[in-house]
Amino acid sequence: MGRQTPLIELHRGLGARIVDFGGWDMPVQYSSQIAEHHAVRRAAGVFDVSHMCIIDLNGARTREFLRYLLANDVAKLTQAGKALYSCMLNEAGGVLDDLIVYFLTESWFRVVVNAGTRDKDLAWIRRHAQDFDVAVSERADLGMLAIQGPLARDKVAALMSAAAAQAALAIEPFFGCEIGGWFVARTGYTGEDGFEIMLPGSDTPRIWGELNALGVLSCGLGARDTLRLEAGMNLYGNDMDETTHPFESGLGWTVALAPAERRFIGRAALEQVKAAGSARKLIALLLDERGVLRGHQKVIVPALDAGEITSGTFSPTLESSIGFARVPSAAGARVQVDIRGKLLDAHAVKPPFVRFGKPLVS
Amino acid sequence: MNNVPADLKYTKTHEWLRNLPDGTIEIGITDHAQHALGDLVFVEVPEKGRVLKAGDACAVVESVKAASDVYCPIAGEVTASNPALAATPEIINEDAFGRGWLLRLRPAAGAAPVLLSPAEYEAVLAAEDS
Repeated sequence: MGRQTPLIELHRGLGARIVDFGGWDMPVQYSSQIAEHHAVRRAAGVFDVSHMCIIDLNGARTREFLRYLLANDVAKLTQAGKALYSCMLNEAGGVLDDLIVYFLTESWFRVVVNAGTRDKDLAWIRRHAQDFDVAVSERADLGMLAIQGPLARDKVAALMSAAAAQAALAIEPFFGCEIGGWFVARTGYTGEDGFEIMLPGSDTPRIWGELNALGVLSCGLGARDTLRLEAGMNLYGNDMDETTHPFESGLGWTVALAPAERRFIGRAALEQVKAAGSARKLIALLLDERGVLRGHQKVIVPALDAGEITSGTFSPTLESSIGFARVPSAAGARVQVDIRGKLLDAHAVKPPFVRFGKPLVS
Repeated sequence: MNNVPADLKYTKTHEWLRNLPDGTIEIGITDHAQHALGDLVFVEVPEKGRVLKAGDACAVVESVKAASDVYCPIAGEVTASNPALAATPEIINEDAFGRGWLLRLRPAAGAAPVLLSPAEYEAVLAAEDS
């Protein structure tokens, strides 16, 4: 048995299939993974993401610390509540994790990291925080719900007092704010509008039930994966890890090399990669034939070394298969993928595949 | 309760077999198997005329989550594969023992596979659940 969120009994009662995910017992699906996916694209769904690790950083030098710790630059966070997506690198430029950081006050930032990397991340952050006198607190008391879809914000507002609802609906994209003991953020991992709410874990079963009663469908990690891949978002451990750097992981846009005087962990290694040119790149693929792209399938690139699928699935919105592949940087748009010994045609497209319910590629 | 029709034979790997009046055998995956796989999105079936040995991987069923091989429970020659699966693989989820059949084959002479009765297959499922 793995670690469990405060919602485990509720998931079981709803008939969810429970699987191990990064050491946690998590619901992969309740009814139909495709129905859950479409609910988020067309209406609203709720996900238990309480397994993710919420870390509060406190101290006068927190911003300075994060400018050293992260490859993206928290100097971009000038308004309270604003969020930033970033990689946390090791000295070799490998990706230790990807995360979201929220600027709350000058002495309080909140970071959300992946579940499977929790222990490694906490140890790394604590080790480096010492030099900046920053206190590192894991918020294991908090649960986290993601309510996503075109109707998601209105459904959440319907649970709140009039004043709280007004405040929640006023939150701009990629901002969060404290409302009545909850931290409500307009962020997500689906390519749809919605909220991620951090709240006392003991409150999560009641809120889940109220959302279900409003027609918000319970959604599992299976739908979360097809939604994030359609949205063109990376998954740590699949699309990047400690052996890959951001430039070969489709994450160059998250690396802030300017200003040149900012020192951050991994900078020297990334500057070398940048100067030499990255040997590989991550591309988004659409399979032209019937079949399903899966992680680790071989990608044949004309006249160049083979690449590999890093994430692949069936896209319920496009009704065909999509994926990411790491290939030589010189690769063109046309490749073939080895699926059980057959070479099937695929072509590169500009991600995301789907955004706000609409297909963006063909 | 598991759905295990009384008029079929089964395998430990969750295939079912139905004797058809013309002497051929229809093969599919069980309701338990489709439920475990989840929403099916792609099915690869063998072409007519292909000769299979018992234990050969004869079809692939892919759900959103994963691909899974289907093993041929009995040696024989493929006489038909289900043409509806190319466009509507979800019929396996809807009707695994009927419209969702995978292939039909004419058993090779002397083929005598060891198959499970419905009661024996129910025991396999009970053991997996416990």
